[in-house]
Amino acid sequence: MRTQNRSEVITTQPADREAAVDTATVPRSVRRRGTPRRISEPRSDRLLNVVSVVVLSAIAVSIVYPFVFIASASLSDPGAVNSGEVVLWPIGVNLDAYQAILNYPEIVRGFLNSLLYSGAVMVLGTAIVIAGGYALSRSDLPGRNFFMVVFVITMLFSGGMIPLYLVAQSLGILNTAWAMILPSCMSVWQLIVTRTYFQVTVPKELLECSQLDGATDFSFFFRVVVPLAKPLIAVNCLLFAVASWNAYFNALIYLTDPNLYPLPLVMRNLLIENTYDPSKLTNIDPSQLAQAQQLAAKLKYALIIIACIPPLVAYPFVQKHFVKGMMLGSLKG
Amino acid sequence: MTTMAEQTTNFVDTLRVDNTGKTRKKLKHQLPLGTRIRRAWRLYVLLAPALVWVIIFCYWPMYGVQIAFRDFSPATGLTGGPWVGLKHFVRFVTSYQFELVLKNTVILHMYELLVAFPVPIILALVLNAVRQKRFSRAVQLVTYAPNFISVVVVVGIMVMLLDPQAGVVNNLMGIAGIPTVNFMGEPGWFRHLFVFSGVWQTAGFSAIIYLAALSSVPPELHEAARVDGATRLRRMWHIDLPAIMPIAVILLVLNIGNILSVGFEKVLLMQNPLNLDVSQVIGTYVYQVGLEASIPQYSYATAIGFFNSVVGVVLLLIVNQMARRIAKAGLF
Repeated sequence: MRTQNRSEVITTQPADREAAVDTATVPRSVRRRGTPRRISEPRSDRLLNVVSVVVLSAIAVSIVYPFVFIASASLSDPGAVNSGEVVLWPIGVNLDAYQAILNYPEIVRGFLNSLLYSGAVMVLGTAIVIAGGYALSRSDLPGRNFFMVVFVITMLFSGGMIPLYLVAQSLGILNTAWAMILPSCMSVWQLIVTRTYFQVTVPKELLECSQLDGATDFSFFFRVVVPLAKPLIAVNCLLFAVASWNAYFNALIYLTDPNLYPLPLVMRNLLIENTYDPSKLTNIDPSQLAQAQQLAAKLKYALIIIACIPPLVAYPFVQKHFVKGMMLGSLKG
Repeated sequence: MTTMAEQTTNFVDTLRVDNTGKTRKKLKHQLPLGTRIRRAWRLYVLLAPALVWVIIFCYWPMYGVQIAFRDFSPATGLTGGPWVGLKHFVRFVTSYQFELVLKNTVILHMYELLVAFPVPIILALVLNAVRQKRFSRAVQLVTYAPNFISVVVVVGIMVMLLDPQAGVVNNLMGIAGIPTVNFMGEPGWFRHLFVFSGVWQTAGFSAIIYLAALSSVPPELHEAARVDGATRLRRMWHIDLPAIMPIAVILLVLNIGNILSVGFEKVLLMQNPLNLDVSQVIGTYVYQVGLEASIPQYSYATAIGFFNSVVGVVLLLIVNQMARRIAKAGLF
């Protein structure tokens, strides 16, 4: 960043001064003895900068606005939302929708299922990728190129949806929680990124030095590599957890028991297939059913917010590890 | 953030190096292979889980693709059933759905490629050119965010905002005197909504890799160009753009290889009886005949899926060749 900022201001050395004076880009008023001079910007550059700022602001607004609107709608009075009075800020704030979500067993179960699946995928996946990535990063691993080819091939070809389904069937994991965990607990792409990271950040000398002290590959891995790789572990955890939290398709094909549905599948059914049924709300008496029906739209808005919160909260939390990783990378050149 | 982007760049480099395989030098005095393998057993233990996973969840299904050439029967599983040759492929190619499904797939993904490929490049160039660095970083953070939410949520947001009765878009249009449009049900809107919601979700994150490439441009180039009186726009064109060209070409090749397969999960979410004529693509068709149908036709669906991935790989190879000839850059 520093160097970039410096490049914005170009100073001319005294020796160049005579030559620089002739260039039309240096206005007379700037030429003062002893002070470094700027090359003034062409007008088109300033215009470009203004246009860029405006365009980027528009993009940022177009991304933020839907979230703000949905958050407002989830908090507002249902009548105000339906009549289109709510455009930006909530009208008649209340938390009814969120209360209704807590009373809707499908959603609560989906949320808990999703937490379980993402947690398991995160732990298993990160362990597999870190261990495998490290082994592949070692240049003294016999057959390393062969293994790389084995992994890269899977990025180009795949058996497709049906054979994978039949494999899951013969493993006997259909309609169990394992179907949500095992098929997604590895990512070849992340494995290769991890391998590259280790190649760059774990110097060979460190390994040789530890081997002289009697470290085996295991003790070196667990005592040196894993502590060094904390940022990488954090990044892998984030990627696995987010991918698993957001996935609905595996659940759609592998699960038939609604008790096992993760949140995205529940959301698909409620939001997109429109199967909301207010009579499923617990502790509600029939007289309030009409009111509950009115709550339906609001509940959907609230559901979107609920589903967005975990990944969007996790992201900035892990972001400091991205920064740490950057520093580590630059130290090692 | 930058690390991940750098890693992605490195990863792309890795692919290239590993596939040519000519960069590695042979040691002169090596122990016999058996001894080296025995000494490295702990590394194999570390590698084993990953390897077992690919064998089960990638290679076993690949082996199972043979059911596309057989008549599948539940009793005998993946490797049973009589061989029937290309029967299922012929049936697909001659079916009345074939033309429609193929046309929809190609149009949808060509459209997506045309829009979704250049947008992150332009976004990265603009983000890089803005002088208010803090502002630029804030915008970056905002544009990454949608990448971390589910496609279900994105489609859900669309459904809610574009709802003909209560959606805010139709409400605002009503105020402006424009008649109500049932966006999600109108076949004419399907492709635009699919492509632009995709750009909305992924453009910011895809720009990371280009931003990483841009940050490695030596500032001297820009300084020299400025002294020569080049405007920002000219520097973008002559310095920034060439700097990201190699990565752009590689990503383009990868994207074209995926042209028939990516995004069908979202298509499935946006599909409804009203827009079926434009939203039925190969991926959703496979799902329908293979898994959703009351009598699943495993062999037929696998054959369609296999057709899809073969076309994808062939496209990838062709485009890669073209990229190597024209742009002197490519995947392998």
